[in-house]
Amino acid sequence: MSKLTLKTEGDTHIVVTRRFTASPEAVYRAHMEPEIIQKWMLGPDGWTMPVCINEAKPGGKIRYEWSNGKGGDFYLTGEFLELEPYSRIVHVERMHLPDPTPDNHVETRFVVDGTGTLMTMRMSLPNEQTRAMMLASGMERGMEASYVRLEEMIKSGLARGGAA
Amino acid sequence: MPELLQLDLAFAALADPTRRAILARLAKGEATVMELAEPFDMTQPAVSQHLKVLEDAGLVLHRVEGAKRPRRLAKAGIDAMDQWLAMLRKALEANYHRLDEVLASMEKKKKGETQ
Repeated sequence: MSKLTLKTEGDTHIVVTRRFTASPEAVYRAHMEPEIIQKWMLGPDGWTMPVCINEAKPGGKIRYEWSNGKGGDFYLTGEFLELEPYSRIVHVERMHLPDPTPDNHVETRFVVDGTGTLMTMRMSLPNEQTRAMMLASGMERGMEASYVRLEEMIKSGLARGGAA
Repeated sequence: MPELLQLDLAFAALADPTRRAILARLAKGEATVMELAEPFDMTQPAVSQHLKVLEDAGLVLHRVEGAKRPRRLAKAGIDAMDQWLAMLRKALEANYHRLDEVLASMEKKKKGETQ
C-alpha cells in the first residue's frame, strides 16, 4: 500500500501526495462522482456522508455533510474553479464548524505513474487561529484521534515539567 | 493532577475564541498582559483571567521580570497548534485507505462487465 506524504510549503501551503493502483480516470472519477465520494471521504471511522453535492463544472457547487449519528454533524461548502478531466481539479472550500473557516484553495493533479496514478494535492495552510478552532471543534465532536493525541501531548508536557 | 482533569482543562481552554487568539499571539513570541490586552477590547484583569485558565491547562507558562510576568507557550501549547497537521494526516490516511478499496472494487466490477 502506498504511503501518504504531507509537507508544509512555507507558511502558506500544504502539499499532499499519494499513489493509487488505478488509472487517473478512475481516481478522478472517485473524486468527482457523489455516489463514489460518499464511500471514502469520511475522515475517522464512525462517520457517514448523508449529503454529497458535487456539480462537475467550473462554478459548480460543492456541499458535503458528515454525521456521526451522535449529533456531531458538520459540513463543507465550496465551488469548482477549473476542471480538466482526468488530470486536474481546482476548487475552493470551507468548513462550517458551524462558523465558516477561511477559504481553502485546493489544486489536485492526477498523473500516470507506472501502472498507477500519482495524486498531488496542494492546499492553503489555515492560519494558527483557524487550526486551533478546527482542533477544538474536532474535540467537541468527540473525534477519537484528537482526544488520544491531546492526551499524549499533555502527558509529555507534564512529564517534562511543562518546560517550554 | 489526574490526567483526565488536565485533559478537560485543556479542552475548556481551547474552546474559547479569545483564548485561542491569545495562544495564536503567543505562538509568535512572549508577551506581557499589557501587550496581550492591546488588540482586544478587554481589560487587563479579563486577559489575566484567560491567562490563568491557559496556565492551569498547562498551555502557557510565565517568568518574572521585575514587575512584569511575560507569558510564553508551554510545549503542550505549541503542540496543540501542531497537532492539527497530525489530525489532518490521520484523516487523509483513513480516507485514502478506503479509496484504495473503492478503486479495487471499481476495477473488479469493470473486469466483470467486459468478461
